[in-house]
Amino acid sequence: MNEPAATAATDVRPNLDATNRLHVGHDHDLLLLHEMLRIRRFEEKCAELYSAGKIRGFLHLYIGEEAVAVGAMQALGRDDAVVATYREHGHALARGIPADRLMAEMYGKHEGCSRGRGGSMHVFDAHTRFYGGNAIVGGGLPIAVGLALADKMQQKPRVTACFFGDGAVAEGEFHESLNLAALWKLPVLFLCENNLYAMGTRLERAQSQTDLAAKARSYLMPAEPVDGMDVLAVEAAARRAAAAVRRGEGPAFLEFRTYRFRAHSMFDAELYRDKSEVEVWKQRDPIATFISHLKEREETADAILGALNGSVADEIDVAVQFAEAGTWEPVDDLLKDVYSPRPGSDGAA
Amino acid sequence: MAKMATTTYREALRTALKEALVKDPRVFLMGEDVGQYGGSYAVSKGLLAEFGPERIRDTPLSESTFVGAGIGAALGGMRPIVELMTVNFSLLALDQIVNNAATIRHMSGGQFNIPLVIRMATGAGRQLAAQHAHSLEGWYAHIPGIRIVAPATLEDARGMLWTALEDPDPVLIFEHQTLYNMEGPLADDAGPVDIDHAAIRRSGKDLSLITYGGTLGKTLQAAETLAREGIDAEVIDLRSLRPLDMPAILESVKKTHRVVIVDEGWKSGSLSAEIIARIVESAFYDLDAPMARICSAEVPIPYPKHLEDAALPQPAAIVAAAREVVGRRG
Amino acid sequence: MPSLGSDMEAGTLVQWLKHPGDAVKRGDIIAVVDTQKGAIEIEVFEEGVIESVQIKQGEKVPVGTVLAMIRGTGPERPRVPAATAPPSAPAREGPPTPAAVSAPQKRPHEEPSRLRVSPLARKLAADLGVDVTQVEGTGSGGAITREDVERAAAALKTSAAHKPSAPTARAGDMRAAIASAMARSKREIPHYYLSSTIDMSGSLAWLRAENEKRPVAERLLPVALLIKAVGLALREVPELNGYWIDGAFREGTGVHVGCAISLRGGGLVAPGLHDADRMDLGTLMRQLTDLVARARTGSLKSSDLADPTITVTNLGDQGAEAAFGIIYPPQVALVGFGKIAERPWVCSGKIEARPLLTATLSADHRATDGHRGGAFLAAVDRLLQAPEKL
Repeated sequence: MNEPAATAATDVRPNLDATNRLHVGHDHDLLLLHEMLRIRRFEEKCAELYSAGKIRGFLHLYIGEEAVAVGAMQALGRDDAVVATYREHGHALARGIPADRLMAEMYGKHEGCSRGRGGSMHVFDAHTRFYGGNAIVGGGLPIAVGLALADKMQQKPRVTACFFGDGAVAEGEFHESLNLAALWKLPVLFLCENNLYAMGTRLERAQSQTDLAAKARSYLMPAEPVDGMDVLAVEAAARRAAAAVRRGEGPAFLEFRTYRFRAHSMFDAELYRDKSEVEVWKQRDPIATFISHLKEREETADAILGALNGSVADEIDVAVQFAEAGTWEPVDDLLKDVYSPRPGSDGAA
Repeated sequence: MAKMATTTYREALRTALKEALVKDPRVFLMGEDVGQYGGSYAVSKGLLAEFGPERIRDTPLSESTFVGAGIGAALGGMRPIVELMTVNFSLLALDQIVNNAATIRHMSGGQFNIPLVIRMATGAGRQLAAQHAHSLEGWYAHIPGIRIVAPATLEDARGMLWTALEDPDPVLIFEHQTLYNMEGPLADDAGPVDIDHAAIRRSGKDLSLITYGGTLGKTLQAAETLAREGIDAEVIDLRSLRPLDMPAILESVKKTHRVVIVDEGWKSGSLSAEIIARIVESAFYDLDAPMARICSAEVPIPYPKHLEDAALPQPAAIVAAAREVVGRRG
Repeated sequence: MPSLGSDMEAGTLVQWLKHPGDAVKRGDIIAVVDTQKGAIEIEVFEEGVIESVQIKQGEKVPVGTVLAMIRGTGPERPRVPAATAPPSAPAREGPPTPAAVSAPQKRPHEEPSRLRVSPLARKLAADLGVDVTQVEGTGSGGAITREDVERAAAALKTSAAHKPSAPTARAGDMRAAIASAMARSKREIPHYYLSSTIDMSGSLAWLRAENEKRPVAERLLPVALLIKAVGLALREVPELNGYWIDGAFREGTGVHVGCAISLRGGGLVAPGLHDADRMDLGTLMRQLTDLVARARTGSLKSSDLADPTITVTNLGDQGAEAAFGIIYPPQVALVGFGKIAERPWVCSGKIEARPLLTATLSADHRATDGHRGGAFLAAVDRLLQAPEKL
């Protein structure tokens, strides 16, 4: 933010330390770790299942970026909305979409959260107001603006969190959407996950101005860069920004500086970056560093970690079993839901 | 019998907008210059004063984002009406219309639907040259997940909007720009009309002239000329371009056995081609002559009047085509 | 070979990074594979010791091929194939490939200039039995339209000229032709009907004796006797042998007996046995057999169908006792035979079981009266009592 931390922070949580990090207590730390582990293990399993041909299409893994989704989701309430990208398994899990329904969606099974219609890139869930899963870079931003417009017009004190990557910043829809949201003071939380690469194109090779928060500030909205590898920093920034948005101050922008440890998709030889660069970033693995942080303070950390890992492994196993046991949507339903059902039709085209 | 009053297509559209804004607080209008300017075709003139800037929203020139915002607002519980100045400008919002509006219901397994109405001007005839005069509604009719309608009469200009707003899915309304000034009588109690069915605007037995939107008038004019020659043409106004009312089209073909399609879009890969294909699929053995099409010449629509006229479907060409399929030469 | 993308079908193993005997754990990079998108590292999802590698460096293998075997550390899973897609992966299941794809066949012969007939006109012509090659088109470019066909059909109805239907005509066309001809016959011809019961014991006895003398292939059937008898009887009553055209009877220039033959696909043709009255029984039988065979294979010649002067229908094979037929215009008579069956017969004041046949005559009252018809049936009866003379 332009006037960072100090003023906004008091509105959010009382216990910020001098480094502006949250100390929200033991239980909350474990919750954050648990959520990050769920995403990491879920996606590792996805990679395995993809190699085995169980998951098809494109698979974009979030591994390395877990702190962003997990930290940011802490700022959202039940009634808020989420618009995400095609690298959205982490957001979906952190938002509360059950792992089993998400895994069934990865398989394309009828029991998936999008009925198997969307797959990895198109996760939808009405229950948690999760509006996709959008595989067009930048395509979700206008939708987020519209969701926020509806809330504002209906005087609902809700926030729409819109995740997108650094690649989207080059799209016209990014600029149109930030402008319109700022112009109309709409309650959108723009959450940019800057992992340095738009697929294989590094930020400097695509942007004349690589300070992404500066772009957002040019539309007169508060904007700040945040360490996206630090889940507590992410949560703190997201809470501050969301609170301001919720107060009706208009949209806010956060740039989370993060890194994906995996290739862009499974079929990517990573010709565009050095392994040494990946290794440097892996030193800042959000899960590993958070565990170290816990161990510094917590004597029983190993035991707790063991229990967490066990619980996550069980959850993933059950999710895979659920997906395996899932059914294929009948081909007769192929045309269903192209249109809404009308009298005498089931919505088929 | 209701009292009739003289009105214009533009006024009928405006009356429909007003009615919707009054009846449903979730309805709002947004687009470029719909407010203070009064709408580029003056359809929304006066609405800002009546309904205020919350519900009559001037947008920046950001077609993709304000159409996308319409999608989001519809998802968020509103009933947005988005106005795009012309179909040519709608191409800047093609991503939102095709990749989001048309797909989200199906892609989300039926969890989300998008009750969005998008209105736009289409067509040529006012010397606006090649970036303001195309008829691309046929492109949109290609896309499953959206509905396409084209009001060609005062009744439809008055009545299609409300029905479109009540539809749970995105509806695109194409208003031919030469129709805005069309004047005629409209019943005082005119109201919502169905948007599912084609209408027979003139009943006849010798051939079926199939058209919609801006070319309906020219086609009816051609039918009168043909009538003086003893050729009794039926004129079908499609009204809905997606879905096509094939039962109505086939019923007419089974009666007349001859077809001429009049469509201001180009022939190649077009709506007219689709209609012909479906007739051949479903009514081949009812055809007594090759079907014909009168479409725009395959050029970007030119500016000078004589060239624009030459590029567009005209009554004389419709008459000539009708004579040919009926087997009489003029 | 793991699947790394929807568009990946195969990969080349560039380098093994682990070797037999090496311990591996989940997440280790085991090999490098070259794909059309460049070299990609292959990770392992199992824990254990590499037992063997199945694929040599430099080898290109399809997705799903086993690359290496890993001995697991857990007792329950001693051997697991590493980095492979299971053969039952759903995405591998494609639609069955057709066993053979036939090349597009060249049409045997293209008509030099295809007749322009509208689809509706073509369908209508088939329904009404109109030959479109005989219709003048008035539509665009001379195309035949519905109106042209309707005009031609109306003309056909009023035309007196008899045109036998083409033997190759499709069943629908044939039905239409039969319908047209029979309807016209019943509409225009005042039929009278006579019947006569004929004792066939003499004929059948003679036939049995005769057949014993003949090679199997040349044996006679009773129908040969019947046709021959009809042919000879017509010499005696020539008013039944010919046509009614333009309000007058024209005697046929020979006795050409049309034999009604039902076709397997439905329908009926009546090709003629020319000069049936002059053929010996062996020839008549041979020609009749040949005619039936060719009628049923659709290879009748136009001469077979030209100008029968009378028609014989023999429905005895179907079990009918008598057949009262409709005259095939412009012929003036049709002879029907039922089955030959043993029935009571009074002979010299005693009732005996005899093989009896009911012969009928349908005749055009414009051309003959019942008296001549009766004489004809009497002649047939008489001739059949002396089969040796036939």
